[in-house]
Amino acid sequence: MPPVGVDEWVARVEERREQRAGLLGQALAAWDRIAPVWRLVLFAALVASVPFVTDSDFIIRVGVNTLLLAMLALGLNIVVGWAGLLDLGYIAFYGFGAYTYALLASDQIDVHLASWLAIVCVVVACALLGFLLGLPSRRLIGDYLAIVTLFFGQVFVEVVTNLDRVTLPGKDEPVDITGGPNGIAGVDPIQLFGFEFLTPTDYFYLSLVVLVILIGGLYLIDNSRTGRAWRAIREDPLAAGLMTMPVKRLKLMAFAFGAAVAGLAGAIFAALQIGVFPRNFETPFLILIYAAVILGGAGSIKGMLAGAAVVGISFELLREPDEASWIFYGGVLLALVLTVRPWRRLAAVLAGVVVLGLALHAVVGGLWPDAVAGSPRADWALSSAIDNWLLLPDDPKTIGNWAFVVLVVAVVWLSQAGRRARLLALVPLVYLGAFVWENRLMLDPSVTRQLMLGALLIVVMILRPAGLFGAKRIEVA
Amino acid sequence: MEPLLELSGVRKSFGGLEVIGQLDLTVREREVVSLIGPNGAGKTTVFNLITGVYEPDAGSIRLDGRELVGLPPHRVTTMGIARTFQTLRLFLNMSVQENVTAATYGRTRARVWQSVLRTPRARREEREVSELADEVFAFFGDRLAGYRRDQPAYSLSYANRRRLEIARALATRPRLLLLDEPAAGMNPHETGEVTELIGRLRDERGLTILVIEHDMHVVEGISDRVVALDHGVKVAEGSFDHCARAPAVVEAYLGRVEDAA
Repeated sequence: MPPVGVDEWVARVEERREQRAGLLGQALAAWDRIAPVWRLVLFAALVASVPFVTDSDFIIRVGVNTLLLAMLALGLNIVVGWAGLLDLGYIAFYGFGAYTYALLASDQIDVHLASWLAIVCVVVACALLGFLLGLPSRRLIGDYLAIVTLFFGQVFVEVVTNLDRVTLPGKDEPVDITGGPNGIAGVDPIQLFGFEFLTPTDYFYLSLVVLVILIGGLYLIDNSRTGRAWRAIREDPLAAGLMTMPVKRLKLMAFAFGAAVAGLAGAIFAALQIGVFPRNFETPFLILIYAAVILGGAGSIKGMLAGAAVVGISFELLREPDEASWIFYGGVLLALVLTVRPWRRLAAVLAGVVVLGLALHAVVGGLWPDAVAGSPRADWALSSAIDNWLLLPDDPKTIGNWAFVVLVVAVVWLSQAGRRARLLALVPLVYLGAFVWENRLMLDPSVTRQLMLGALLIVVMILRPAGLFGAKRIEVA
Repeated sequence: MEPLLELSGVRKSFGGLEVIGQLDLTVREREVVSLIGPNGAGKTTVFNLITGVYEPDAGSIRLDGRELVGLPPHRVTTMGIARTFQTLRLFLNMSVQENVTAATYGRTRARVWQSVLRTPRARREEREVSELADEVFAFFGDRLAGYRRDQPAYSLSYANRRRLEIARALATRPRLLLLDEPAAGMNPHETGEVTELIGRLRDERGLTILVIEHDMHVVEGISDRVVALDHGVKVAEGSFDHCARAPAVVEAYLGRVEDAA
């Protein structure tokens, strides 16, 4: 029995936490028992071992991009997750940092600062820009702030695209500052402590070190008076003000800190890419950062890392048809294993899918040979099996479009249908999904990965509304 | 004796509606003053004016002789006035402990870099803050003690949320505590506890308290003095018995006898 005055629901909170978890939960609980410092060391060691395991340039590049995405997510988390300010212009700080570094370390205006000095300048300049954007915005809340900052993000891209023919007073020739649509090329590599960072692997380790320092710093800030105050103004700005917290100053600080982190990531990005271009900093990438924040669970440092890992890695792998096929078929199989119980039913469903495919392939292929004249686009382990199982028409585009529409309608209908209907429809649905994947989605990988990311977000938001590691939140109570 | 809080000639209008008209109010050190009046009398507006949420159109508000008008809320609170809210405004998605420790922001000085580097100053402040939290929680006896302090505040029961609001206000180390309907929504037993708690806040912690309350048993039990408001104007002031019998107060609550007839 709980002591008098304590709700039973409350007294059992620990029990419920353990219960909800299962095997994965036990692993997470064990992870939480490790001291924070050792958790960070473990994380760093794990990531640092990646270049030893593989020598694939592609994987290292994906790794660097993911580390940069994690940095950006952590920075955005300060503004969105902690201070609760919906900042849709965040990408501009990333771009501003990259461009500032590029200007301070290239032939563009013929300045070549020492790397450490350039990076310090970038961070300070970005913090200042964040502060300046915060000044007019600090009175705005919610949607209004989102609109103003979104505008700011768009303006940034426009400005750097057009700042290549600036007429300065006292000069006849227009001056080229940002290189316009062509951007700035030939950015100096970062040089620190006498070491020159040249290869992607170098930048992988540089990004990792910066990220680890960032995680440590943010963890300490989160548990300090500033972190508490940020979260308090997210919860209730009026009450926070009445509890001695200077709300406007705290908002400005959140903007400045978030911007500084983005700028740091931007500087590394500029040096890694050996150049900066306006289209690196357009809204689609901002959406990717937000996807990482939302997926991981806004407000949680651990969540930012998980979100960035899921978004960064899956997004890059979906670019290549071979890897994308692994993800697609693996994902479908995993979803089936996780949701269909007991295992006999699962086996029946899988067998049904295989048999249905083989039967259709035989019958339809016999009637219209054109319907099986195509071949799978990806070249991977199951390609030949798929060729004998799936209908692959010669000219798949039109039928693929129709099948896609049917698939979407079917999924929407099934989400409303009863248990039995769902189970019955599962076999044809899986087959239809594979059909659409091979005949339509694989034709446009760049569009497909956006779709897949969207679908992933929808699924996660349904299963875990607070994100992977986000704390359960309530808005009104 | 110099009053701790002094409002003189305070006026506040919203558009054409005068909510507070020429209000004079004084609260002396270690006094419990109740503010009563029917709904819409302007009681909560008085709290909002004192704490800097609203700025008065005219008049002055002084704490210990220092002018408060024009100061933002966080400065007013840092000067020694803390409040609770009629509609609870806890930081619901933060832990019980953090609700209290967050309110020490204005009393601590560690900069961000000091927190990150864990300088002696930052560590000393964190220790002090957590000791303060222990002390504040201890004041509520086993009422808040049975909870795990790392649970989110939304998991608390209604009555405990009200207690946590008071605990949070105490963490700002106030001299004057403004309580906005501390007994609203509580059962008779809990209401009795509130009455006792307000007495202890004054006697054990030396606080001066201005309280808005509708429950007349509570008002009778705690008040050194009662001030009755109606339509933003003070209609009676004095002991509970005096105010309860004052014709203007009866009229404000029940209407005129002739009107009813």
